Amino acid sequence: MIVISIIKQLYNRALVGLYDDVQEADELLEKSDIPFNDLGTDPFGISRNHIKYSYPIAKMIYRHYFKVKTYGIQNVPAEGRAMLVGNHSGGLPVDGTMVAISMVLDHDPPRYAIGMVDKFAGRMPVTSAILARMGQVTGLREQAEKLLNEERLLMIFPEGTRGVGKLYKDRYNLVEFTSGFMRLALRTNTPIIPFAFIGGEEAIKTVYRSKKLGKMFGAPYFPFTPYGLPLPMPVSCQIRYGEPMYFEGDENSPDFESKVLEVKNKVADLIDIGLKDREKEANS
Amino acid sequence: MKVVVTGISTILGRLVANRLLELGHTVYGIDLRPWRDAPRNIEIIKSDIRKKPAEELFRTKQPDAVIHMASIAQTGQKYEERYRINLESTRILFQYCDNYGVNQAVFVGRHTVYGADPDYSLYRTELDPPLGGLTFPELNDLITADLYASSALWRYPNVNTSILRLVYTLGPSRRGTLGNFLKGPTVPTVLGFEPLFQFMHEKDAVEAITTALEKNLHGIYNVAGPQPVPLSALIEKTGRVELPIPERWYPKALGRFGLPKLFAGSVNHIKYSVVIDDKVFRDVTGFMHKHDEIDTMQSFRYGQ
Repeated sequence: MIVISIIKQLYNRALVGLYDDVQEADELLEKSDIPFNDLGTDPFGISRNHIKYSYPIAKMIYRHYFKVKTYGIQNVPAEGRAMLVGNHSGGLPVDGTMVAISMVLDHDPPRYAIGMVDKFAGRMPVTSAILARMGQVTGLREQAEKLLNEERLLMIFPEGTRGVGKLYKDRYNLVEFTSGFMRLALRTNTPIIPFAFIGGEEAIKTVYRSKKLGKMFGAPYFPFTPYGLPLPMPVSCQIRYGEPMYFEGDENSPDFESKVLEVKNKVADLIDIGLKDREKEANS
Repeated sequence: MKVVVTGISTILGRLVANRLLELGHTVYGIDLRPWRDAPRNIEIIKSDIRKKPAEELFRTKQPDAVIHMASIAQTGQKYEERYRINLESTRILFQYCDNYGVNQAVFVGRHTVYGADPDYSLYRTELDPPLGGLTFPELNDLITADLYASSALWRYPNVNTSILRLVYTLGPSRRGTLGNFLKGPTVPTVLGFEPLFQFMHEKDAVEAITTALEKNLHGIYNVAGPQPVPLSALIEKTGRVELPIPERWYPKALGRFGLPKLFAGSVNHIKYSVVIDDKVFRDVTGFMHKHDEIDTMQSFRYGQ
């Protein structure tokens, strides 16, 4: 009887906790920059209910599983167009999810960072539908431009799938940044907020990636970890947002590539700071 | 203004004709299908556009404008017939316009010409190519007609031409491409996919078409209404039940078990979104839709 009573109490507490979290999500979304209609969707198909009901688990993962700490989040403007540009890591794009959650949970007012996902994701059944409702749109220039012109916040990983497919031995070494984000920034006059995501490489230690297996899932590769499947380990993570970077000129100007490099270097600096801080904390 | 409406017996054609009368225009219609309770002051020629009676109408009445709405996209029609109506009629109609001094032509096309694919962005503009035929070959005649009408912009400089690419229309008539898809109590979707559907109320579509005429538009314009909604919401709000079917079996299930009959190539349009950007049309004409997405779906659901 005592056991049943304890189970009942735990169950009731969990239900109350879930209900509170869903309510909290509703309040945060109300304050956010997504223009939901009466059906709870925005013009790009982001669904209020999808976000609201996934919020409790997302919050739990963010706060208690990865124990994410953010630094410099005030550098992200409270409103208007902006681009979060950072490093990709860790076999699966856990980083994107955590950055998006940080903008809802830790930014005041809450903002919703719309991710640009690779084209292959749009063809995957179920995944494509969920991603679309959660505000992860296909990474197309026209789409990104439209979103920025509507004063939204975009999240871009210029390393693309090469970044997320990095092996553990190459952790935190940035691969080449594609220049699309800079073209976008110049065309739409959008500030870039560089960021570093620390912890993703350790959460999923990719030691091998299989292209053949990836193809079966419609993905570019499938990551393997020392323990087999790419299950994220509970590693403390941090997100470091840098100060906004403003660029002028056009994509044909001779210093275009140096602008891309400038952002890449800034992200690398933020990674260095994050890694050193983590080391210091571990030693102390 | 004397206005010829082709495809006048379609639901949209009738609504446009009535609106033109309200606006004080003289309306003539061409259609092979009858419009039994048509207003007496509309002269309707029961003819194929290619045939003599249609040409006679242009020769004798000397209309000022044409609204070309005679297009079909029904599975029941043979390809040859669709080709004849959708492309040949468009070609010949522009010749009539040029030969008989018609000042203005409004071609009413569809937004589906842009095609549905995850590689295409949402909010496609008039600058995007119409790629619908790549995955939906049955659309090719409509796309070709649209492109032919677009070529009239330079081919017939004396005819001020506008090409309107309208989103799906929905309303109390419960007709049209989307209306037919949602006709039954059960709506088949492709398991694991949920596109955005963009539609506008029939009355808003009529207003947009007549606005294009009155503003004497020239060029290609996307025309849309309220923001798009996910297919599941559309099905729910129109009082239907969603039936997700695995993609492999989807084409085989269509037209059976009370499910709507669709072209085999339309699967991509049920999997992926076709959403257009109508900013240019709104900027140029000042057009504002009056019916929001919920109102439009309710109007379809309750037939009011």
